[in-house]
Amino acid sequence: MPAIEILGLEKTYLVGFWRKRPKRALQPLHLSVEEGEIFGFLGPNGAGKTTTLKMLMGLVFPTAGTARILGHDWTDPEVKAQIGFLPEQPYFYDYLTAHELLDYYGQLSGVPAKDRTRRVEEVLQRVGLTDIKGVQLRKFSKGMLQRAGIAQAILHSPKLVFFDEPMSGLDPLGRREVRDLMEQLKQEGKTVFFSTHILSDAEALCDRVAIIYKGELRGVGAVEDLTSSVQGKVEVIWQGTQIPASMRALGAECHVTGDTVRAVLPENQQDAAIDALRRERIRLIAITPLRTSLEAYFVEKLQHSQIPAGKTVGTAV
Amino acid sequence: MSSRIVHIARNTFREAVRDRVLYNLIAFALLLSGAAILVGQISIDIERLVVINLGLTAVSLFGVVIAIFIGIGLVSKEIEKRTLYTVLSRPVRRWEFIVGKFFGLAGTLVVNTVFMAIGVFGALLYVAHKFTKPDGLILVALYFIILEFLIICSLALLFSSFSSPLLSAVFAFSLFVIGSFSDDLRGFAAMAHGMTRWVATGAAYLVPNFSALNVISAVAHQQPMGSQLILQNTLYALFYTAMALSGAVLIFERRNLK
Repeated sequence: MPAIEILGLEKTYLVGFWRKRPKRALQPLHLSVEEGEIFGFLGPNGAGKTTTLKMLMGLVFPTAGTARILGHDWTDPEVKAQIGFLPEQPYFYDYLTAHELLDYYGQLSGVPAKDRTRRVEEVLQRVGLTDIKGVQLRKFSKGMLQRAGIAQAILHSPKLVFFDEPMSGLDPLGRREVRDLMEQLKQEGKTVFFSTHILSDAEALCDRVAIIYKGELRGVGAVEDLTSSVQGKVEVIWQGTQIPASMRALGAECHVTGDTVRAVLPENQQDAAIDALRRERIRLIAITPLRTSLEAYFVEKLQHSQIPAGKTVGTAV
Repeated sequence: MSSRIVHIARNTFREAVRDRVLYNLIAFALLLSGAAILVGQISIDIERLVVINLGLTAVSLFGVVIAIFIGIGLVSKEIEKRTLYTVLSRPVRRWEFIVGKFFGLAGTLVVNTVFMAIGVFGALLYVAHKFTKPDGLILVALYFIILEFLIICSLALLFSSFSSPLLSAVFAFSLFVIGSFSDDLRGFAAMAHGMTRWVATGAAYLVPNFSALNVISAVAHQQPMGSQLILQNTLYALFYTAMALSGAVLIFERRNLK
């Protein structure tokens, strides 16, 4: 059973003061996310990621379409007891302490009173806020607020967690910790759906990604599949600054960097290149096939002309 | 009542306390102490009348200001600051949120009124040196003031569910002023003719009838209150509050939180 099934959700806003005109924020979106996977929802700012998440959370009503979450109708309020949500740039009741905030959210999520204090302490420790649990949130930095936001999203041990730009406002160490946390959630069998425009995070974390641009889904697939397409070239790196003439004859593009040379050449010339280096008694450091990066795939999809809605989705998953 | 409503109400009360809303009690205490001392020195035989009038009017005005200025931000502030997102993404229905907010603010005002009432009775004891049986009517006036607060809270919430805080404040305050003169409006409607009569009558019944809830002067003059008036005012206030809250819920249920 998919954790999330988005069935043609779309959103059109009416903008303007006097003469309202329609502005489509999201074209009919079809998407399926399997249980237990980390799914990245990628797109530049303004692509429609947050609108999609807000619709799934019931904060914004779709113009058309429907969705199912954990096998239930998405409008069923009880489904929400099984999901966690971190909004983009979260802001909380700043007159509360971190402990009070989580206790309040625990109450709203239906966490039994006897378990609540223990759960709150656990998640505070998990996000590294134990030492400042008694400090009012108005004194929190942006990064600390983000941690509090993550804590409230996982407090009630949800089966499915939605993160909207979870790395926003975090320093490199904080980003690393969030990545680790998302991997832990996956190991615990939870499904993670997160939106980001930071591709390195998605590449490092996600099982599958979807790319959205200007409200339109441009592609869906497993990160491994998207990035494993070999370009038919290999990268050869060797010690020294010497570039043998035979290597150039093979069609290699060579660049000297410090005391190593990096050469890119056709895959079918790989053995000949190794022979050439042996003949010259040059120390080979590495040979790796060149793979398409997620970034290259992302850029290609953004530049790609319009894909008929629905076609990509059903087949590409 | 749903436990979620209780949690939301409790949090709303906690917010008001931590935002130092109850500090208004200090201003109220200073006003009433000063007035009691002054009245004790310059009035002869009407100290009781002046203290009750001034005290209850101050209770009403302080509460109305709090009800309007907190009430107008109850929903709009949560949307603006996006604190609502992490509440409504939980198993909380939108109507529960509105009702919880209402009870939280109403609870704040009741607590505030209780402290002010202690101040009024204290000032009365200071100037009159003893309580008399008709002083019990002050409790009826305070009860009506609380009913007035319930209506204003629900109206402020209604406006807050679709409008900006500034406009909500203007709407709520205007309704409070017009409602305070609703007896005059009904009198005008009775005298008018044709279309004007219909419009004036409609407006008179639409705006909250705060005139009926204002018995401060009658209490100060020790006029008796019938139990029928108490029942009528209670039913009227509860009905009006329920209608305004239902309106707030209906609007909020359809609102996109962009």
